[in-house]
Amino acid sequence: MAEGKAGYFGEYGGAFIPEVLHATFEELNEKFTEIKADPDFWQEYENLMSTYSCRATPLTYADNLSRHFGGAQIYIKREDLNHTGAHKVNNVMGQGLLVKRMGKKRVIAETGAGQHGVATATMAAKFGLECTIYMGEIDVLRQRPNVFWMERMGATVVPVKEGTRVLKDSINEAFRDWVTNMDDTHYVLGTACGPAPFPEMVSYFQSIIGKEARRQSLEATGKLPDSVYACVGGGSNAMGIFQGFMDDDVELVGVEAGGHGIDTHLHASRIASNDATVGVAQGFRTYFLQNQDGQMNETHSVSAGLDYIGISPLLANLADQGRIRFESATDVEVIDALSLTMKKEGLIPALETSHAFAQAFKDAPKMRSDQTIIINQSGRGDKDIFTIADAFDDPKWKQFIIEKARQYES
Amino acid sequence: MNLENYIKARRQQKDILLMTHIVLGYPSFDDSLRLVETMVKAGVDLMELQIPFSEPMADGPVIMKASQESLENGATLERCFETAEKICSEFDIPFLFMSYCNILHKYGFQPFAEKMKAIGIKGSIVPDIPPEDAQDYTAAMKQQQLDPIFLFAPNSSDARMKTIEKTGSGFIYCVARTGVTGSNTDFSEDISDYLRRSRAATDLPLAVGFGIKEKADIDAVKGFVDIAIIGTESIRVMDASGLEGVDRFIRSLA
Repeated sequence: MAEGKAGYFGEYGGAFIPEVLHATFEELNEKFTEIKADPDFWQEYENLMSTYSCRATPLTYADNLSRHFGGAQIYIKREDLNHTGAHKVNNVMGQGLLVKRMGKKRVIAETGAGQHGVATATMAAKFGLECTIYMGEIDVLRQRPNVFWMERMGATVVPVKEGTRVLKDSINEAFRDWVTNMDDTHYVLGTACGPAPFPEMVSYFQSIIGKEARRQSLEATGKLPDSVYACVGGGSNAMGIFQGFMDDDVELVGVEAGGHGIDTHLHASRIASNDATVGVAQGFRTYFLQNQDGQMNETHSVSAGLDYIGISPLLANLADQGRIRFESATDVEVIDALSLTMKKEGLIPALETSHAFAQAFKDAPKMRSDQTIIINQSGRGDKDIFTIADAFDDPKWKQFIIEKARQYES
Repeated sequence: MNLENYIKARRQQKDILLMTHIVLGYPSFDDSLRLVETMVKAGVDLMELQIPFSEPMADGPVIMKASQESLENGATLERCFETAEKICSEFDIPFLFMSYCNILHKYGFQPFAEKMKAIGIKGSIVPDIPPEDAQDYTAAMKQQQLDPIFLFAPNSSDARMKTIEKTGSGFIYCVARTGVTGSNTDFSEDISDYLRRSRAATDLPLAVGFGIKEKADIDAVKGFVDIAIIGTESIRVMDASGLEGVDRFIRSLA
């Protein structure tokens, strides 16, 4: 598998797709090249994001957390303030503009926890597109509020009953739809994974995070941060913020899902653990959590959004080059970090995001007070109230649900 | 005799050849053996043995479910190899592996090709290796005189077909329509134009698959292609009426 080829990052990436999708990807590559070269497109994108979502999202100084740890000054990039509550909408609106240029009438998407599904349903409603969301049956059961919003916005939500019935299976199912309907349908892939050009394209739209964060850091502190933290599932929010600092003397830290611990195999750490090996699945080549036969393993994380077998080929390559430090945070560490952030700052990071906080909290106390770090708060947690209440095992919440159910039954 | 010559020689005696498909380990490895026996006795000319993969992107619900059940029942690659070896030694038609890139990649393209050669498998169909990324795969296969079989799709341009046919050998697998395996195909639709383009693009034998269910479907492509491929339907028949049903079904197509 040749390096240096289009769609490759080091030895990772490529487009391992059935022949029937070849023409569709050719068109997509062509359109993506076209928009990258067109300054009007980026301008249109920024205008849309500043009037429809909440861009530029602020950079918040976390003074209480900074004092609490007594080390580095902690800043938080507020992607949670985007419409639909996460960075996902950056990619989705960008691809939405692309869909309009391609003249397609229908979009499909996979979703795990439901954020990307909600963002895609939102975009489809705004742009007047038909929308089908594939979601693992288990996730449909776990994430009813997101299913509710998607359906209310006019999307069809299809529960995926195949495989392990989670995120990776919904990706397979979305591809199956696409190979049948590619003429009028665009697949809005939600993360910086999948066949080329998706990893690069999703990273391109998400780079808006890093562009802003770099400028905001200079404005707020007169310098660039010492370290930047982001959680890593597929890797789109991490690629988004890291791109603002790639050529600078800034440490980049990616935090993967440690689940029950990386020595237990019940985790989703592709780089931070030694469990993943290079493979080809879901249309691209990267590190996958797979067994010796090449079958994908089941993964575990308290956060559905990080619970994925593979990692962006761009991040795999940057890991090889030593440009990014990879760490993992366990479910327990993540809940503690979330709890502390709520109490100290009144911010509610999503469970995914809380992984980045957990690692930053380990490092910050060891740093000097004239050093600064930025944590990318990729999403907000309050929309995941059911999941977070469960993670906290909150008795009053349980009682509320029991009584609510009783009301519906009567 | 290599695969291409076998197909051409066999075509001297028959208007169209029949290729069937099974998922190794579904419903069990013993059943896989018996299914092959039934199909060979019913007169099929060549067969695909699918090694199950946990992420079968190009397969429809029927084959996907069969793959998943096979894996849940503990199918390992080693077990697939053992069964394939038994099959190749007992039955005198060409057998091919069908699987996905990762299965070969993980084992190593070269060791995988050596293993195929040792077992007696003649070639392989791997739908998620595009010609652009096929170099390691085809080199390993050719070194062992095995045939990497590539696919045409109805939306492949003429130029694209040329690229594909230069990369592959043995025969060309023509996907009859867009979509995954096993969905409905209306053969009354004119696919003859696509198959004519396919014929013009290559001297390799042509096979057509995805959705053939009855003799009429096969008759419709006679004269256009050399091989008719039965995939999903024989799994449906097996599930519904067992080996006897499969026997009746295959004989009804001949």
